Amino acid sequence: MPQVRRLMETETAFDTALWSKFAEQGWTGIIFPEKYDGFGLGMVEMAAALEEMGRALVPGPFISTVLLAGTLLDHAGNEEQKRKYLSAICRGEARSTLALLEQSASWDLDAVQLEGKGLPKGGSLPDGGYQLNGEKLFVSDAGIADFLLVAARIEGELAVLIVPGNAPGLEKMATPGMDLTRRLYRVSFTNVVASPESLLGRGERARQALEAALEVACLGLVAEMVGGLQSLVDLTVAYAKTRKQFGRPIGTFQAVQHQCADMLALLEGSRSALYYAAWALSENDPAARTAISVAKAYASEAYRDAGNKSIQVQGGMGFTWENDAHLYYRRAKASEIAFGDATYHRERIAQSLIDRQPSKREASLAAD
Amino acid sequence: MDLNLNPQETKFRDELRAWLQSNVPDDWERHRLSDSMEDRFQFLCAWQKRVYEAGWAGVAWPKEYGGRGASLMEQVIFTQEMAAAGAPPMANILGLALIGPTIVAFGTEAQKKRYLANILSGEEIWCQGFSGPNAGSDLAGLRTEALLDGDHFVVNGQKVWNSYGWAADWCALVTRSDPASQKHKGLTYLLVDMKSPGVEVRPLRQLTGESEFTELFFRDVRVPAENVLGAVGDGWNVALGTLAHERATLGVSAQIAMRRQLDRLVELSREMCRNGHRASEDPLVRQKLAQSYVENEVLRLNQMRAVSKIIQTGAPGPEGSILKIGWSEANQRFQATAQEILGPYAQLTEGSDLAIDNGAWSYSYLRARGNTIEAGTSEIQRNIIGQHVLGLPKSY
Repeated sequence: MPQVRRLMETETAFDTALWSKFAEQGWTGIIFPEKYDGFGLGMVEMAAALEEMGRALVPGPFISTVLLAGTLLDHAGNEEQKRKYLSAICRGEARSTLALLEQSASWDLDAVQLEGKGLPKGGSLPDGGYQLNGEKLFVSDAGIADFLLVAARIEGELAVLIVPGNAPGLEKMATPGMDLTRRLYRVSFTNVVASPESLLGRGERARQALEAALEVACLGLVAEMVGGLQSLVDLTVAYAKTRKQFGRPIGTFQAVQHQCADMLALLEGSRSALYYAAWALSENDPAARTAISVAKAYASEAYRDAGNKSIQVQGGMGFTWENDAHLYYRRAKASEIAFGDATYHRERIAQSLIDRQPSKREASLAAD
Repeated sequence: MDLNLNPQETKFRDELRAWLQSNVPDDWERHRLSDSMEDRFQFLCAWQKRVYEAGWAGVAWPKEYGGRGASLMEQVIFTQEMAAAGAPPMANILGLALIGPTIVAFGTEAQKKRYLANILSGEEIWCQGFSGPNAGSDLAGLRTEALLDGDHFVVNGQKVWNSYGWAADWCALVTRSDPASQKHKGLTYLLVDMKSPGVEVRPLRQLTGESEFTELFFRDVRVPAENVLGAVGDGWNVALGTLAHERATLGVSAQIAMRRQLDRLVELSREMCRNGHRASEDPLVRQKLAQSYVENEVLRLNQMRAVSKIIQTGAPGPEGSILKIGWSEANQRFQATAQEILGPYAQLTEGSDLAIDNGAWSYSYLRARGNTIEAGTSEIQRNIIGQHVLGLPKSY
């Protein structure tokens, strides 16, 4: 935790030495093919690793870089792009992120409006290219990103472009948020030029790759949330056992015990939902999408509620800066929002539960 | 962690699925909506007999006691297939899920031979005699006495809240065999024939109107000494075994029942109007239905993990309390959601032709109030989690 607090105070919450250690362990390429210097593990293993990272509240751009950008490259990239960008991520040499949300702050891909105008070949751009104008918001860890994957519209079609972090016309402005361990940025594009080779995909290819990347990143985030939930349970129970009032540990009082019990239930429910979703995704099971939504919806509210209870049980101490509860609580809020909050995912579930499936009874009534 | 099926498991599933296909009575729930409690029970007995004769009862039980010695995966498959086929529940649920496993854990060979097969077939229906008028949450405060007289125990006392007491042939009775003892010590678990002279069964009318539960009165009831389960004086331990199973397994059928009702609620929401449009198109209704789905799924997945734990360690652990709180409180929230979505019609009961599903929803709404009280109150469950899972100091 002292490391976390130290990194929280830095500009980007990124630590080179820590990142190298991740790379050494193979974590920066955890789910990617060995062909691109990845570790070739599956979703369940990824979830286990992220759980540990969440427990320790590891700051920085792991999810943005590895799960979000990495998966997007893995799905949409051509051979050259994978060798150049995905390998760099796997070897721990590059940081990246996805610039997706705009002013509407919607996670729906249809909300992407940033224009990528096609540029004719000739002059300073012998091969042509694309010119980006507009603004992206809530871009996670953009400050430390060596390159950004930008969701845009080219001739009205959804597209993803690879843009260097230091591209002329690209400006990153920190938008300080509650979570101090993971920074959010406004990224503005003023006539930013992207080469034709920077096109990662467009149309259906872009859509599928973005959806896949968001599913993986969402799952990884839920795993991280489960780890954080575990830490909250541990530190709250530890406090309840040691803090004494009225001549006994406060954990003796049922009002306190019951809040701790409820925290455990929130944790275990989140964990069950997580590992089922991870397994389903690893099998490309048709149930995976809904399973991920169940996990994200549940964990989003669970982590927040657990944070509430942790601070409450710890009383005055819980309300201090020095207490770790608020660090997890802040992370819980940012995590709740990222990749769709509970409301967003419940609507996704509703579409699957209500709109797409006629029930057996309806089917048999229709057949009567 | 692999949820894929191997060839043996696939065979198990396919056989079961085919059998269910031919044997689950068509749309039985709708046809039996106006059944009396007794008629419904008879139906479930007949169903259990059919399941037993086909070899599908007690799949998780060891083979030597009439089960199939099913693996974890097979048990999960069994539950899933029964649920997917909309199969009726088994009549002898207490025998199968609670008392049978207790006999397996604590019984002598003679007792296992005597009782287990009849539990599976439903030939002998079981009830529990645990709670007394002075001993509900504080079960160890029970006062029903069992005093040794030669080769019999003579039982005097009163039990309350016995599910299926009115249908039971046998009773798993927790008694105080050492009159000088207090609390957990000096208790003995007896297997009592309900037809014994001196046993009186009185219906206990619950707030929904009918009497699922009974009071049991024991007046000088003679129980043979060989009907002690476990050791004399070790009754608390044996009872804990039953209670742990109760917590861990009741949730399975509760989750399945809740899911069936949720599917029906989704159907109904497509037909009803709320706020000027179809309920199923209303954003708030959609959120509530989805939330019910989320909670039901988390319940289902928690259950799967718990079954896994039972397989690994042989016994359900105190984390079963999480399951119990889970299903009972989720169902109460679900029932509230259903009432909201169904609007004014939801309050109508059986007897009104305007009632939805013959009043099933008004019934389940009221019945749900009992969920957080029966099988260990939510308060007790949270105490158990606090003390026995989190290691917090005893509050009493």
